[in-house]
Amino acid sequence: MFDIFLIEAVINGVLLGGVLALLALGLNLVFGVIDVVWICYAELVMIGMYAIWWLFVHYGVPLPVAIGAAVALVALAGVALHVLVIQPVLGTPPINQLLVTGGVLFFLQAAATLAFGIEFRNLGLRMPIVEVGEMFFSFARILAFATALAGVAALWLFLTRTYLGTAIRAISQDREIMPLMGVNPRRIYLVTSAIGGGMAGIAAALLALQYDVHPAIGLSFGPITFMICVLGGLGNMAGGFVAAFVFAQFISVGGFYAQVEWGYVIAFAFFIVMMFVRPQGLFSR
Amino acid sequence: MLEVRGVSAGYGGFRALSDVSLEVRAGEAVAVIGPNGAGKTTLLRVISKLIPASAGEIVMTGVKLADVPPEKVVELGIAHVPENRRLFPRLTVEENLRMGAFVPAARARFRERLEFVYALFPRLRERRDQLAGTMSGGEQQMCAIGRALMSGPRLLLMDEPSAGLAPVIVQQVFELVRRIRAEGYTVLIVEQNVQQVLRVVDRAYLLEVGGIRLAGSAAELLASDAIRRSYLGL
Repeated sequence: MFDIFLIEAVINGVLLGGVLALLALGLNLVFGVIDVVWICYAELVMIGMYAIWWLFVHYGVPLPVAIGAAVALVALAGVALHVLVIQPVLGTPPINQLLVTGGVLFFLQAAATLAFGIEFRNLGLRMPIVEVGEMFFSFARILAFATALAGVAALWLFLTRTYLGTAIRAISQDREIMPLMGVNPRRIYLVTSAIGGGMAGIAAALLALQYDVHPAIGLSFGPITFMICVLGGLGNMAGGFVAAFVFAQFISVGGFYAQVEWGYVIAFAFFIVMMFVRPQGLFSR
Repeated sequence: MLEVRGVSAGYGGFRALSDVSLEVRAGEAVAVIGPNGAGKTTLLRVISKLIPASAGEIVMTGVKLADVPPEKVVELGIAHVPENRRLFPRLTVEENLRMGAFVPAARARFRERLEFVYALFPRLRERRDQLAGTMSGGEQQMCAIGRALMSGPRLLLMDEPSAGLAPVIVQQVFELVRRIRAEGYTVLIVEQNVQQVLRVVDRAYLLEVGGIRLAGSAAELLASDAIRRSYLGL
């Protein structure tokens, strides 16, 4: 049975998977290294989306400059989150850390509502549609997919080829002896938080091209990002990468057979069942 | 080279070291021997500033360690091979060695020192891409020593290098210590295996319940009645 629309749905799923993989990567990196879950991760993405909208639409800053500034801003937000919120609760029970970053989630939502109102804002860009054979793909999605893959590859190279990246992987395996290597653990945590924030910033740029930003946008991406990380094995970056594409296919192909909403229902049901079958994640070590 | 003067330290309310003084001169190999729980590991951890000293001072080549943050101690030329090796188990052998060369001065000489360590321990070259946690205990000890050498130290601190290894591997580990000495490194080694360690060092201190009880040349300690009775079972 050859169905061109099914193929289109599968390819769209792959394109979506790239962005989800990038979203999951930052959260996974922070968890894997610092052992703290940023429940408010998607709200960092929201900060980035608002920053791009505000600079581009309000101040007429060229889009690439606005995006660069937004990525830098969200990286800084990651550092601020670590210093102001995470550091005081490091070493406390995990439930405290979940609650405090959950508190930041609602704080940022409320602050965004205060600052920007509840309106949906968009960049007002007309992105072209790419036609291949009889299939249609959004150019924004293709761009997002390519950028996400480049981001994932760049992070991988950084983590495996540089001293700082090796230290980031090492600290999650043995924090106590890091000073013997001449490494200040506090500094590694700050760098990791900045990279995690930067990943959220890049995701923000890719999402701002396709979606309107509003104060509750984090709820659209937060749960799914978190579930991808859990499904891949929290902290396991390769697992999260694969899980992102699995999830994206559920959403895209599931949405093809029924409505788009069904895609999400099926994906979340799959997540719940997997928690019974493999609670340690699909690809745990 | 290293002077420890009247150092005390502990964990919480427990005092693990009280008023310990010792000295390591350039080119020497010095052992600190004593039973389990005497404070040997604590002593090395205080020298590396993994835990703070509550009293006394430690001076390395004229620099007071109190003035240096913990992650800068290695830049003074002190490298520490910790108890139980403490390799990064999911990094490869070569990545572990790279971590040993993390400080800027060591990065510049990474290639050269890597060749030196591989020449010293050819087994590590064969295993360079293997995850460190999957190697045997003896190979892990080589890697832990290699990692310490990557920083280009003047003083090597070794904490119980023979602990937890099979007897035949213990022999090999003391052979490694001999080779390190032959390369001209100054060594401060902590060991429970008294008989073996006294054969590879120049001088030794006996540490019991947190204090130095006896000091002398390795030959003197090997001949002393107290050591022979309590530690050599003679």
